[in-house]
Amino acid sequence: MAKNKKIQKKGATLKYLRVSPVTNVIFSTIFILLALLCFMPALLVLIVSFSSEASVMAKGYSYFPSSWSLESYMYLARQIEYIGGAFLNSIFVTVVGTCLGLVMCSTMGYAVSRPNYRLRGFFTWFIFIPMLFSGGLVASYMINTQILNMKNTYWALILPMCCSSFYVIIMRTFFQTTIPDAIIESAKIDGAAQIRIFLQIVLPISLPSIATIGLFYTFAYWNDWMMAKYYLTSNVQDKFPLQYVLISLENNIEFLSRNSQFMAPGEANNVPSETVRMAMVMVAVIPIACSYPFFQKYFVSGLTIGAVKG
Amino acid sequence: MAELVQKNKAVKVSKTNSASTGSSFDNLELFLLHLPTTIWYLIFCYAPMFGVVISFMDYKVKPGKSFLYSLFVNSRWNGFGNFKFLMESSYFETMLRNTLVYNLIFITLGVVLPVTLAIMMSQLYSKRMAKICQTAMFLPHFLSWVVIGYFVFAFFTPGRGLVNNLAKSLGIGDPAHDWYQDITFWSWFLVFLNQWKGMGYNMVVYMASISGIDQEMYEAALIDGASKWQQTRFITIPMLRPIISIMFIMAVGSIFRSDFGLFYQATRNSGPLTPITQTIDVYVYKALLESPNINFSSAASLLQSVCGCITIVLANIVVKKIDPDAGLF
Repeated sequence: MAKNKKIQKKGATLKYLRVSPVTNVIFSTIFILLALLCFMPALLVLIVSFSSEASVMAKGYSYFPSSWSLESYMYLARQIEYIGGAFLNSIFVTVVGTCLGLVMCSTMGYAVSRPNYRLRGFFTWFIFIPMLFSGGLVASYMINTQILNMKNTYWALILPMCCSSFYVIIMRTFFQTTIPDAIIESAKIDGAAQIRIFLQIVLPISLPSIATIGLFYTFAYWNDWMMAKYYLTSNVQDKFPLQYVLISLENNIEFLSRNSQFMAPGEANNVPSETVRMAMVMVAVIPIACSYPFFQKYFVSGLTIGAVKG
Repeated sequence: MAELVQKNKAVKVSKTNSASTGSSFDNLELFLLHLPTTIWYLIFCYAPMFGVVISFMDYKVKPGKSFLYSLFVNSRWNGFGNFKFLMESSYFETMLRNTLVYNLIFITLGVVLPVTLAIMMSQLYSKRMAKICQTAMFLPHFLSWVVIGYFVFAFFTPGRGLVNNLAKSLGIGDPAHDWYQDITFWSWFLVFLNQWKGMGYNMVVYMASISGIDQEMYEAALIDGASKWQQTRFITIPMLRPIISIMFIMAVGSIFRSDFGLFYQATRNSGPLTPITQTIDVYVYKALLESPNINFSSAASLLQSVCGCITIVLANIVVKKIDPDAGLF
């Protein structure tokens, strides 16, 4: 009974705390329009990828094509050797990059979060300074290509972006605030080495935050095209990730047909080039568009634990 | 040895709360644990910091010799010569102006728009609708500029683009208009694209802070007779101030950096648009890889880093003056 009353009271104040119904309608309309604004361009590209080439030729890109067709995807399926290769490159770079990045950030974050670590102060500055000052693109480009010889290797797509002071500091803040010192002390008294404490106690406890940073990495690697643009040249097409294939398609749609060794002669002329391009865009977008609504909440929590300050 | 024991004892005494001893073995283990990361930092962050010497050299490649040989033996020390030539060149002013003006607009809108939207969204009656709209508005954040470039292409490419076709069928405007050469259009459209991509993300940041505000404050304000507008003005915005200032410092700290993807990739590197799309990053990229002029490129790149470093420190000082708790460091 008392509970009921409380709810009633809450409901009553809530009513007064809310904006007026008219304002609510106006706000709702604005947000629906904004949501459409963000979503409609993707829908257009999706529809174009399912249009027939003839429709695009006649009507241009349109939300209402005159005829539908799967020819673009059929074409991509015939190029599976190349498209599949690019897809695998993207997956490889994403998986290796994410794992490597997580190892790097979490170990460093853990070390600088330990209050008893003697070099803690030094290494906190060590990771902080690159946030303020960087050597710039030219210096890193020269070192990566001339000294490390990373041009045209997978390493060039992975290593330059695999650690970030930002993530290290998020990790550190997280370890500091959520892992009680007592747990680590007791493990130490039981004779566990730091590496074992890290692997068997700290990591399992902080799985949520590690998953969040992992997601940041996954999306960053999947969407990355700049490393490929800097470090890959056109003679290593077998190493192109999806995003870079898209860039190459911008200039010449023949890019795809040139790359298929086993295409029948004369077929190059009937490549449904307009729709194939958009179908390729969809191949790169669909994995993301289908997964991010589920991961969204981790991003939100990641942003809030990422009160970088401290 | 005796010294070490004594030191350990001292630590023990000073840390009465925890049983920790922080032995040197512990330190070694922790050090080994993060050694790979340390090496990564040395190679990818600290080595380039010393690599900035290129900007002070008249870099000449000696074919067949290593980079270091070319740099230190074959190249001449040039002092600030590169910077002088760069600053005297005609495009220096353009790229500085584009970078700064666009960033100022982006930063201002990037605070005002998401904060307003976040406050508005927190007022929606239907939480489900708020959730759906938020998800939809988050989408552009997860797309790369390459993909967004294709979206823009689908709307604005001359001939087949949706906008030109609409113009044709409705009979308004010029159906053959080449948007990729229209400077006036792009100077606004760049701002739109930037906000379009960043809006959802920033809004979520502020939404998270708003949901953390204690509801009782609003109830108290209600009893005091505060209107909705006054509640926003005197509760929500002051409560958001710390997060706003952190986001602001981070944005100001990168005021000399521009979004390479936006200015280069989304515009398809269209030649006629160069006067508005030539930012420092675009210039550095072009002078490094498209029409090589390493001296200028490295000078511009170093100038950008130094200015960025100074602005972030200054921004932090200013914000700390206003609100001592709000600084980033």
